Amino acid sequence: MSQTRETWPETWHRPPMIANPVLRYGLAAAVLVYALWAVTSLPFDWQRAAEGLARAQRIFAGSIPPSFERSGLLIDGFLESIKIAILATVGGVLLSIPIAFMAAKNLAPKPIYLLGRAIIIVARSFHPVIVAILFVKAVGFGPLAGVLTLIVYSVGFVAKMLAERIEEIDWGQVEAMRSVGAGYLSTLFYAVFPQIMPRQIGLSIYQLDSNLRASAVVGIVGAGGIGSTLANAFGRYDYDFALAITMVIVGAILVSEGISGQIRKRIW
Amino acid sequence: MLKISNLVKRYGHGEPVLKGLDLEVPGNSVVAIIGASGAGKSTLLRCINRLVEPTSGTIALNDIVLSDLKGRELRAARRRIGMIFQSFNLVDRLTVMENVQSGRLGYLPFWRAASRRYPKRDIRRAYELMERVGIAHYANKRADELSGGERQRVGVVRALMQEPEILLADEPTASLDPKTSEQIMELLRSLSAEFALPVLINIHNVAEARLYTDRIVGMRYGKIMFDAEPSRLDKAAMDEIYAGLPAEERGEEETPAPSLQVSAA
Amino acid sequence: MVELDAHPQDWARYTPGQRLFRFLVFLASVAAVVWAVMSIDVIWPWVLDAPEQMGDLFGRMVPPDFSNLSDILWVLLETVNIATIATAVAVFAALPVAYIAAQNTTPNIATLWLGRFILVSSRSVNTIIWALLFVAIFGPGIIAGIVAIMFRSIGFIGKLLGEAIEEIDRRPVEALEATGASRLKVILYAIVPQVMPTFWAVSILRWDINLRESTVLGLVGAGGIGIVLQSAIDTFNWPEAATVLLAILALVILGEIVSATLRKRII
Repeated sequence: MSQTRETWPETWHRPPMIANPVLRYGLAAAVLVYALWAVTSLPFDWQRAAEGLARAQRIFAGSIPPSFERSGLLIDGFLESIKIAILATVGGVLLSIPIAFMAAKNLAPKPIYLLGRAIIIVARSFHPVIVAILFVKAVGFGPLAGVLTLIVYSVGFVAKMLAERIEEIDWGQVEAMRSVGAGYLSTLFYAVFPQIMPRQIGLSIYQLDSNLRASAVVGIVGAGGIGSTLANAFGRYDYDFALAITMVIVGAILVSEGISGQIRKRIW
Repeated sequence: MLKISNLVKRYGHGEPVLKGLDLEVPGNSVVAIIGASGAGKSTLLRCINRLVEPTSGTIALNDIVLSDLKGRELRAARRRIGMIFQSFNLVDRLTVMENVQSGRLGYLPFWRAASRRYPKRDIRRAYELMERVGIAHYANKRADELSGGERQRVGVVRALMQEPEILLADEPTASLDPKTSEQIMELLRSLSAEFALPVLINIHNVAEARLYTDRIVGMRYGKIMFDAEPSRLDKAAMDEIYAGLPAEERGEEETPAPSLQVSAA
Repeated sequence: MVELDAHPQDWARYTPGQRLFRFLVFLASVAAVVWAVMSIDVIWPWVLDAPEQMGDLFGRMVPPDFSNLSDILWVLLETVNIATIATAVAVFAALPVAYIAAQNTTPNIATLWLGRFILVSSRSVNTIIWALLFVAIFGPGIIAGIVAIMFRSIGFIGKLLGEAIEEIDRRPVEALEATGASRLKVILYAIVPQVMPTFWAVSILRWDINLRESTVLGLVGAGGIGIVLQSAIDTFNWPEAATVLLAILALVILGEIVSATLRKRII
């Protein structure tokens, strides 16, 4: 037992995640330098922020209790948000179908595939608020800009997910339809659509839910709906009304999330 | 010496799982607890270190009553009880050394545990024990890179790192292949002798229990039906422990003649 | 013949009840759309006009004006810093929230509900709405932006992390409790290592999202590239607005690539 015994060290260090010490310390130093630079280079206006405490107090004091006095305005804004969400979902989902087929590697020829992907990437990359500003400039304030914005927003998500689903379809079913002599459309309807339909319905419900959320936001830059109501209330320092609106938005989002979650659980 | 008297455990309002159990485990003996699943073996073991809260009764280890300790005192008592689990219960994403040292967590100050700066004495002990069970060269490997038998050895070393006064093993070989499980049983027996530790092993495999332990306790319906050396575990005793259960529940390699009568459960 | 009758002569995919249900759902959907179309406050001729208007806008953006590119890139970098700092702070702030919002680690029922309340209120209010509030408090500037992103991120990270904690393997926790380790040490050795992969994945994912969100903070006055975009639009400087948009596009795509690589590396 004694002569063959290896000698083991008396200290132990956890093997580092990055084995190369130069790279390890270099990376750590780089992160540190970046953090310092990032914090110091940003134009913080501390003085203005310091006054914030008093302002926060005023805002909170002004917002409590929430005021539902102008509930007519609130309900109108809310209904408008729902309408925007519904129309944008319908438009977005319909538009997503051809774009998804364009962006599916297994169905589309290369140039069309690239075009489809490019559309999706652009639609996904811009935050809806930016898209909303452009539409507000192009078609004016109001719900139309909101609907158009959320159509773009829906395409970015639905077309991407749908394209992925189309790329995953079982080709055996397509071949089976072709082998019985079905035409292009019948093949599409019997072999492709049934495979993507459940996902498509699930996506539509999900998108309706996220469009409702987004419509509250794009309204802030003038694209209609409850967001516009909120931005107006804030602009006029009606903090009690703003709190009431926010509470309604939060409540609506929770309800819509619950409903869409339930529906998707059953369909998906 | 472990002394259990009149131990009762009841989950919710149901039938008690343990019904007034008495058991003494003196000195450095290896004791097997056998019985069908649901007999209460696992609950018994977990009552000893209070992972499961006993409903009534007392448990004492070397004259310290465990059953009414709380908080810090309970943790101090748990340090002295090593436990080995059926599914090893290692932290997969940590290295073998960290898993082994986690047996010392009860003794270490927090900053040492957090910074992984283990005392020299603990590292020395860890390497000694790991070498003793044959896993020292794996110290820097992640626990999930090891085979089942090696993982159970890590579990054993973790328990020994606690410098325990007793070892509890809950089905330590049930997730292992026959050859590896024999090695682990052999290891437990020799460790018991080496460290003068009493070892209490829940085990499904009666053949292994006969081979590697000094004493067999047979449980059924939360009661002890049999308690003697392995040679006295005859067919009558087996029938009392396992009556009416299908052969595969008996955990014996050789299948005894099926008993025809079915006892009302 | 009698036996053959046992098989129906015509076949339908759904039972009458299912068909009725599907029809009703369809009807309700159509009704909702019709209601929305009929009552929405839109001047329909404008809709027909919209493509032309968009084309006109697009025409004014081409060619983009790159003369201010270095300024734009500098502000863009600032935007990245806003997203990164906010994510970093939010990640740490979310840890205790996740801990008390997970059913298996929360100390008691009151803390559980406190945790859930924090998560829900953080998650249900969009970053832009948070920004609106913090601009009112701190005044316009990046502090409002950073705090807004933080407030929104805490809910997102906390929720996913809390779910990860709820899904951990209980067995190592039991094993370490059996060694007599204190609560804090059990967390450190049995819970933290198990949650680590999710922690990194969620942080990277949120950073990617925050990059996008930080590009619009400026539109409500909370700092970043949005301010440049807003002023370009307000002054009808469309060629410069186009440059800003292209820069944002490049940033977001780059961010996606970086986060995808990080994810692969770390996890």
